[in-house]
Amino acid sequence: MALAMIIGIPLGIWLALRHFPGRRLLTALIYTGMGLPPVVVGLFVFLMLSRSGPFGDLGWLFTMNAMIVAQTIIATPLIIGVTMSSVQSVDPSLRMQLRALGASRWQASWAQLYEARFGVLVGLVIGFGSIISEVGAVMLVGGNIEGRTRVLTTAIVLETRKGSFDFALALGIILLLIAFVMNMAVVAIQARTGSDSQ
Amino acid sequence: MTSLLYELEQVKQVYGSRTVLSIPALQISRGEIFALIGPSGAGKSTLLRLLALLEAPSSGSLRLHLDDRIVTCEDATLEDRRRVAMVFQRPVLLSRSVRQNIAYGLRLRGKRDSREQVEAMLERVSMLPLADARPHTLSGGEVQRVSLARAMILEPDILLLDEPTANLDRYNVSTIEALIRDQHARQGTTIILITHNIFQARRLATRMALLLDGELVEVGPTETLCERPQDPRTAAFVSGDLVY
Ligand SMILES: Nc1ncnc2c1ncn2[C@@H]1O[C@H](COP(=O)(O)OP(=O)(O)O)[C@@H](O)[C@H]1O
Ligand SMILES: [Mg+2]
Repeated sequence: MALAMIIGIPLGIWLALRHFPGRRLLTALIYTGMGLPPVVVGLFVFLMLSRSGPFGDLGWLFTMNAMIVAQTIIATPLIIGVTMSSVQSVDPSLRMQLRALGASRWQASWAQLYEARFGVLVGLVIGFGSIISEVGAVMLVGGNIEGRTRVLTTAIVLETRKGSFDFALALGIILLLIAFVMNMAVVAIQARTGSDSQ
Repeated sequence: MTSLLYELEQVKQVYGSRTVLSIPALQISRGEIFALIGPSGAGKSTLLRLLALLEAPSSGSLRLHLDDRIVTCEDATLEDRRRVAMVFQRPVLLSRSVRQNIAYGLRLRGKRDSREQVEAMLERVSMLPLADARPHTLSGGEVQRVSLARAMILEPDILLLDEPTANLDRYNVSTIEALIRDQHARQGTTIILITHNIFQARRLATRMALLLDGELVEVGPTETLCERPQDPRTAAFVSGDLVY
């Protein structure tokens, strides 16, 4: 998740602010990436990391690292896409007006991002949500190994298969609670910063 | 006493295939209040953006004379740019409080202990009661006063104002005109303002220029352009016959 943020936010700003040849194509690719079926990502990462794949020597398959790679690939386009569109929705004249008050390029970009703060936050929550609720890719590349690569969602799948519905349900409730707390935090931050952009 | 500030030669601004501005020569002196008049679409805002060093001209040269140096858009440093401040035709404020909007430019310059200065400026533009308000709750006149304040607080050498009183009521028009005069009197700021209103140009400016279709029709003392225009088009514009 942190990795997806580190990659996603700057790329989103950059894409929103810069015009260069191929930008449209890249934007279209990002939007496609936002809708990537996680299982396909999982399959791709699986093939890449499997013993005969190009990165097979890393020995990452069925480890946390493989799961991080897959999750990053799933969440990054989401974060880029949402960051990009919220930065773009800031009044285009603002940047020049801030420059006219003596802002450097960096200062103007920062202010633009700050104006889009609520949208970016929503992007992060969506990204986080997609990660914690993800099953397919994680199952494929992580292998659902107890104590090592088993996460809430894959545990739920397993427990349900075993017929321990109570335990599965309890895990499901925990998952829901985490999502709820995350969203409450967003609402609280939104209220505190007094965002009135949306 | 008057020293050269801006020097334009053969300046052209082209957007796509359209020449929006074409000025063979224009000079503006330090410390004057200079009014740019003309119908909308004449290229006034474009000229102001060039003067603010926000855009470089497509061709020709625009030189800004600072104390000891001459700079252009290409070679101006951030410090040079910071001697010019511009208020736009449609100001966009940050979605923060009025107070924070006014303090913004100072914070950019790393001045954090500016509380008194900000309060004094809030007072000067009669925004003290609304210091904590959010921009979207403000009226047009209030937005315009805040955007003037956030530029004036920077004490720039040059203040560029793009239609600072367009679409405002009489009360706000006279308040803003008083602020402009006051700023000029206090700090000798060079002020270049765009206006639709010939009477406002007369009230405020010492010199003015008429721009039509990107061309400079006439430049001179406000009196001359109003009383004894040399160009028939100036006469038509000044008398209000020129439809726009
Ligand atoms: N960034 C731009 N790109 C393309 N055309 C522009 C741009 N800015 C201004 N123009 C065009 O240049 C002409 C002059 O605009 P402007 O300088 O805003 O006039 P004014 O301020 O006198 O009303 C207009 O026809 C406008 O459409
Ligand atoms: Mg204009």
